[in-house]
Amino acid sequence: MKHLADLPLWIGVPVALLLVIGATLTLLGTLGLVRLRSFYDRLHAPTLGTSWGAAATLLASMILFSWTEVRAAVHELVLGVLVMVTTPVTLMLLGRAALHRDRAEGHKDVPPAVARERETSGTDGRAGQGASPRPALQPDSPGIFMDR
Amino acid sequence: MNRLVPHPILILALVLMWLLMTRFTLGNLILGTAIALVAGWALGALEPERPRIRRFWPLIRLAGIVSLDIVRSNIAVAALIVTGGRHGQRRSGFVQIPLRLRDPVPLGLLAVIITATPGTAWLEYDGESGVLLLHVFDLVDDEAWRHLIRDRYEALLLEAFA
Repeated sequence: MKHLADLPLWIGVPVALLLVIGATLTLLGTLGLVRLRSFYDRLHAPTLGTSWGAAATLLASMILFSWTEVRAAVHELVLGVLVMVTTPVTLMLLGRAALHRDRAEGHKDVPPAVARERETSGTDGRAGQGASPRPALQPDSPGIFMDR
Repeated sequence: MNRLVPHPILILALVLMWLLMTRFTLGNLILGTAIALVAGWALGALEPERPRIRRFWPLIRLAGIVSLDIVRSNIAVAALIVTGGRHGQRRSGFVQIPLRLRDPVPLGLLAVIITATPGTAWLEYDGESGVLLLHVFDLVDDEAWRHLIRDRYEALLLEAFA
């Protein structure tokens, strides 16, 4: 880290500020992940880390290494784009799994799935067992992903 | 043009990415272009339908609007976590939004926008009815969110894609 000793102030200050902002946002995101009560709320907290938490850190890296390597270090942009494009995949996967489970358990706070014709046609030979196509295990259970 | 370069934007982006990851030299430009072309052909064989972008200006405007919104919602969500949700006043909930978009590419873009903005999570999209289920971290007014998604983001995407 010797080469950082002669870093001019006008580069050092914004880099440090951006790093602190990025780290603080990521820390707040993880705090939220621990402290928030429902699963759906907890989904939101880490997005702080994947949006400006990542962006500020990457910006700091771009500024610093553009200076020390005397060429524009912009490959962090690729990282940023990849983080942005891949987060929805995991988020949707987790969110839909939670929805599916809460619905299967018959939790009332979760909006029902869009009704399908084939589900109510009763062609599976179990039509006499009740109108609900989904097994309502414990109708009033809180659902493991909702507030306790 | 169409058969030789099936996905021109993707190929251009791949070449750019190759040059960003390495050093800009003529050799890297040639190698990157070759790899991007092969990747473009491979995708062209898998997915012959390519996104038809009608106008670029709405996309540029959208990028500006979204980056501003991301900054704002970062601050909002961080403040909510620090204050413990306005000291217990915060209420989260689901919002159902009927979308007019049907193409997978603009829908994917909308998913990226909604996910990248803290405070909103794209949970489920029903392709038949076109209804999006959104979870909002700080839900005050359902209708305001419907307006926000439909008028602020979806309208621009509809303009941009044919």
